Amino acid sequence: MNIRFQFMKYRKIAGIASIIIFSLSVLSLTFRGLSLGLDFSGGTLVEVTYETPVDLESIRTTLTDNGFEDSQVVNFGTNLDVLIKVADQNGNSSIGEAVYNLLNEEGYKGELKRVEFVGPQVGSELRDQGGLGMLVALFMILIYVAFRFQYKFALGAVTALGHDVVIILGLFSIFAWDFDLTVLAALLAVIGYSLNDTIVVSDRIRENFRIQREMEPMQMIDLSLNQTLGRTVVTSLTTLLVLFALFIFGGEMIKGFSLALILGVLVGTYSSIYVVANMLMSLTLIQEDLAVPEPEGAEFEELP
Amino acid sequence: MVLGFTYALPNLYPTQPSIQVAYTDSGKSADQMLLNDLEEILDDNNINPQEIFLRENKIVIKFNSLDDQLDSKTILQNKLLDKVIIALNLEPSTPDWLKNIGGQPLKLGLDLSGGVHFLLEVDIDTAQQGRLELLLDTYRKNFKEERIQLSKSSIADLKLNFEFNDRDSYNKALNKLRLDSQSINGLQYIITERPSINSLSLEYSDVALRKIRDYAVGQNLMTLRNRVNELGVSEPIVQRQGSNRIVVQLPGVQDPTAAKKIIGKTANLEFRLEANSRTSPLRKEEFVFKENELMTASLEKAVVVSGDRVTNANTGFDESGFAQVNITLDMEGGRAMQKATSGNIGRKLAVLFVEQKSKSELVTNDQGESVIEQTTYIEKNIISLATIQAVLGTSFRITGVGSPQEASELALLLRAGALAAPMKFVEERTVGPSLGKENIELGMKSIMMGLALVIIFMIFYYRVFGLAANISLLINLVLITGIMSLLGATLTLPGIAGIVLTVGMAVDANVLIFARIREELKEKDPQTAIRDGFSRAFITIFDANVTTLIAALILYVIGTGPVKGFAITLSIGIVTSMFTAIMCTRAMVNLVYGNKNVKELKI
Repeated sequence: MNIRFQFMKYRKIAGIASIIIFSLSVLSLTFRGLSLGLDFSGGTLVEVTYETPVDLESIRTTLTDNGFEDSQVVNFGTNLDVLIKVADQNGNSSIGEAVYNLLNEEGYKGELKRVEFVGPQVGSELRDQGGLGMLVALFMILIYVAFRFQYKFALGAVTALGHDVVIILGLFSIFAWDFDLTVLAALLAVIGYSLNDTIVVSDRIRENFRIQREMEPMQMIDLSLNQTLGRTVVTSLTTLLVLFALFIFGGEMIKGFSLALILGVLVGTYSSIYVVANMLMSLTLIQEDLAVPEPEGAEFEELP
Repeated sequence: MVLGFTYALPNLYPTQPSIQVAYTDSGKSADQMLLNDLEEILDDNNINPQEIFLRENKIVIKFNSLDDQLDSKTILQNKLLDKVIIALNLEPSTPDWLKNIGGQPLKLGLDLSGGVHFLLEVDIDTAQQGRLELLLDTYRKNFKEERIQLSKSSIADLKLNFEFNDRDSYNKALNKLRLDSQSINGLQYIITERPSINSLSLEYSDVALRKIRDYAVGQNLMTLRNRVNELGVSEPIVQRQGSNRIVVQLPGVQDPTAAKKIIGKTANLEFRLEANSRTSPLRKEEFVFKENELMTASLEKAVVVSGDRVTNANTGFDESGFAQVNITLDMEGGRAMQKATSGNIGRKLAVLFVEQKSKSELVTNDQGESVIEQTTYIEKNIISLATIQAVLGTSFRITGVGSPQEASELALLLRAGALAAPMKFVEERTVGPSLGKENIELGMKSIMMGLALVIIFMIFYYRVFGLAANISLLINLVLITGIMSLLGATLTLPGIAGIVLTVGMAVDANVLIFARIREELKEKDPQTAIRDGFSRAFITIFDANVTTLIAALILYVIGTGPVKGFAITLSIGIVTSMFTAIMCTRAMVNLVYGNKNVKELKI
């Protein structure tokens, strides 16, 4: 097979672009932070739906006048749905009902769609658990890839995953999108997805290194990327198709979730091409690294 | 695969309107007698239920129409009043043969069915403080009896501190504490010795703390179950979560405030003295007995001790072999009891059972329709009236309670009224029924749209092979549903998202295989290309999926509620998509191209 796209020719530019976006994300995460959703921040959330659009500003005034100073009032999905978020007040769990009753008394009669209250302690626990889960996931994957491939691939894969996760977090931070439990779930799914891509590419690089003995590593990687390009594009495309279906038709509650996944698929596809290959090049992957096939790998190849 | 299809079947059967009838008294379980009563009432009103049967401690009645369901509820509730709790429900119409092999439709999470979710935290520190107060009291008494000279004792930071007058007392006390600390499970106390100032301090060891925690959480769990039963919810969930939390999920409940009032209520027991001739009429009240509605007694208005002071209650036998109930109060309760009983030996002490009940009434609303409205009210009944024989303290007993059966019922009631430790709400999520329905519709729409897009794309791009992949994809969806139903997993909105994501990613395995076959075709004949394509791609597919599975499993471990649902569908989806992509597609490709001399392969 001939090499149609010389991916590695642009590896320096891609590397620099990655580093810039990555740094921007880190900066934004450090200084702006994430706008944490209710699951992590704690507090109360009330969603009310009205038959005719209501004036958000007057709801805000009503709330402020009645002792709910630290509250946000926004439309949710349509202009008939109103979402009210009140910051935690010493773990008081009946703010939701109080707000709803107040609105009803003040003439904003609507149907209560949902009330969510998350205590401050539960919020911080979920935060810790989420962060820990992410790290554990990355670590386990590092071990698995190192075991099945080789440590250079593992480093490449984990760098790619870290790259994806940080950039998505960065985007959520820059655009101040709500980061809640479903987005965290999406992020872990992105880890899985991006890894899928990375492994397919790595697998091909490994195979080519074993068969083609006379090629330069750079050409070898380019060849492998070209060979897997068709699959990478098709899979990303089908996944993006369903994700857009989810984003458009899935409703407000999982908008953040599908958004994170869409970004994840895009960034993940890019990173499996450039970040992994770049890492392998920088770590100077050579023939000897893969010369002796591991017994496990050999066994699987025998399977029909 | 047959298995997957079989277990996916229950989801195709529609749900049927039904009601569940249970006795309001949570100690009583529904029986054949109640069943006959219900049948008779329905028969009198010309309603023919489709099926009526006993399940666990409830009676389930299935109807052919929603009208019958609502009518029956009204009729039965009016006839039986507050003797029973009637919950509206949608019963799956799974046929018997499927039920017998464990077939059941998917359970819907709260975000799809609507309802409330509470997470309560049991305050272990308070439970521990209560225990320490009791312990302190016991030791003060013990030391006195054994002539150990205690100069000072106190509780601070969940520790007992003792100071002794001399070294001799100190040593004796230390020996006693060490001896008491021994138990089968290990040491109960951590004892800090300060011989220089003849001072000892004691705190519970981890073993003892775990026991206190388990007892408190277990006790509260039981109390909550009883309270939740009063709400008349068809499928409530009350479960321990982690070391000191309890999850309560009430599908279909729309009014979180009422639910919270009942779940969070305290003090549903009152100890009161019986009024005597000297009691002013203004200070007494009449109450009926729980067991016998014709019997009444007038009690003083002042409450001696309320149920939240009861730390334990169990049955035993007195000297002459009659059943008795042993009651333990906490320190404050003990003191109050002592004060109240010391001048009143010979008078009677009553135990009042306080219940928050809901009543269903037919009312006419603004639109002129008659609807069932639920109101809550408080009912107090006497469950025991016994003569005070001596001054009572933290532990005492009630004798003459009848049969051992009745004694254990009384003990249960006493315990049920008691929370072993206070609880607070740390999380609450209410989903309105309209939002639940909306979520299901949106979820289904996304699955359909996503599926349609992928199917069109695959056929367009891979032709015959695409068709095979699409059939595999559909089989995959059925398998996911089947396995989830079999495992009794709950479907949530993120779970639906997981299925959608699986649809997108499931074709990946097929894409990998097809891409490989295309490549192999350049140098090999079609048959060999197909064979090699499948086997070469397998390794890649395996590695890629195992890693995704790792991420999904971690998600399952750290996630709660809806997110767990996502992790479950994703994990199941990964496994089934691997299976269908490799096995099913291959079978289909073999069917089309197998044993034929294929000259050209369109792929």
